[in-house]
Amino acid sequence: MSAAWTRVSAVAAKDLTAERRAKANIVAVTSLGALTLLVFGFAIGPDVATLRTAAAGILWLSVLFSGVLVFHRSYQIELDGGALETLLLYPGERWEIFAGKLLANLCVVLLVEAIVIPVALVLYHVTVPDTWPSLLAVIVLGTLGFVTLGTFYAAMASRTRSKEVLLPLLLFPMLVPVLLAATEGSAALLSGDPMGDAGAWLRLLVVFDVIFLLAALFVFEHIIEA
Amino acid sequence: MTARAPTVATITASQRWRVLGIIAPLVLIGAQTFGFMTSPPDRDMGDLQKIMYVHVPAAWNAFIAYFIVFVASLRYLFTKDERHDLLAASAAEAGAVLTALTLMLGSIWGRPTWGVWWTWDARLTSTAVLLMIFVGYLALRAFTDDPDRRARWSAAVGIFGALNVPIVYMSVRWWRTLHQVQSSPSTVDPAYAWGLRLNAIAVLLLLSYFIARRYQIALMERRLEHWRDEVALTPGGEPVHA
Repeated sequence: MSAAWTRVSAVAAKDLTAERRAKANIVAVTSLGALTLLVFGFAIGPDVATLRTAAAGILWLSVLFSGVLVFHRSYQIELDGGALETLLLYPGERWEIFAGKLLANLCVVLLVEAIVIPVALVLYHVTVPDTWPSLLAVIVLGTLGFVTLGTFYAAMASRTRSKEVLLPLLLFPMLVPVLLAATEGSAALLSGDPMGDAGAWLRLLVVFDVIFLLAALFVFEHIIEA
Repeated sequence: MTARAPTVATITASQRWRVLGIIAPLVLIGAQTFGFMTSPPDRDMGDLQKIMYVHVPAAWNAFIAYFIVFVASLRYLFTKDERHDLLAASAAEAGAVLTALTLMLGSIWGRPTWGVWWTWDARLTSTAVLLMIFVGYLALRAFTDDPDRRARWSAAVGIFGALNVPIVYMSVRWWRTLHQVQSSPSTVDPAYAWGLRLNAIAVLLLLSYFIARRYQIALMERRLEHWRDEVALTPGGEPVHA
């Protein structure tokens, strides 16, 4: 187990180092997330009540649109340097590579969210509710489901022709449960959870994350063989 | 782990399915006629109800097609026999067509019945999501050139898509629901039940024919690809055996 963890953290550390050294990428992704929030604001109009109602959904859409770019890059840097073959030659299981990349992508997307969410709070006139720990749980679980499928599908999509269109085309329909649960859960918590249904959405996120995390770890070895 | 090439025998064996190409449309015409003749106009919907005889069988059979995709994808990953991959692809194409048909007919039916072309109800929305998942599956196949990769990747996408169907459905149902309880022989008036059953069988025959035909073409295409590889790898350009 500890040997596996060493390899997982080594892959994650490698990806995060690459990400840290190419700062421009994460700045660009974050800016795109903030820009998405801004243009959705223009589309909806300046009415404060409407903005508040739409805030949770738009926030998650902006995370989706900017996050997709993170997953591509995770494999693009391997392909550009011809590093994927080398990575596969190292001793160890395939799922460890997936888990490492998943961990790195999770850190990057959470970092993007840490900047984009405060922007959303300001632009959409949302106040942080007292139930913020539950909101944090919704954000982390929703992000985990998003990153799991994103990392998995990008492993295939980034090695095809017209990869730019293929990844969202594969990923977004699969993410409908995450998007619904995260949006509805966040919206419920932001309005003080009057119906008490945030718990149900949290459970749905847990179920989704567990199923697809296990499925991805099992199936990954079939899709990564060079 | 090496992919097995389809043989001449498997292709010729599937020629037997050709007779289905004659039987299936005939049964469909018969079943539609039976449905139209025996069913009285519905109290609320009138003759609009007749759309059920295509809409409901198409929906059921679409799910059968996706079940085939799921099972064939799993079998491919375990056996690496490329015939399972070709079967999954054939079923996905036929399933996507039936799902699109279900959505379109539902929309045509919904306009006079509910007063809207589209409503964000659980069954409609999850059917639309299902269609998009399998459009993605077919797009991935179209954009991947290496046959071995294409087979492994689309098997993964097929399994993930099928796993997600119940979760999508549950999540959208919690979100909102409006669709009437789905029609089946036990929920419709006996006057409609047999028409529905017969048409379900007719569409099932049609689906089997589509899948079998598409599978047969896929086998031939793969055989041609293998033959081309052999020609390319043989000194002098002559295949060892055609």
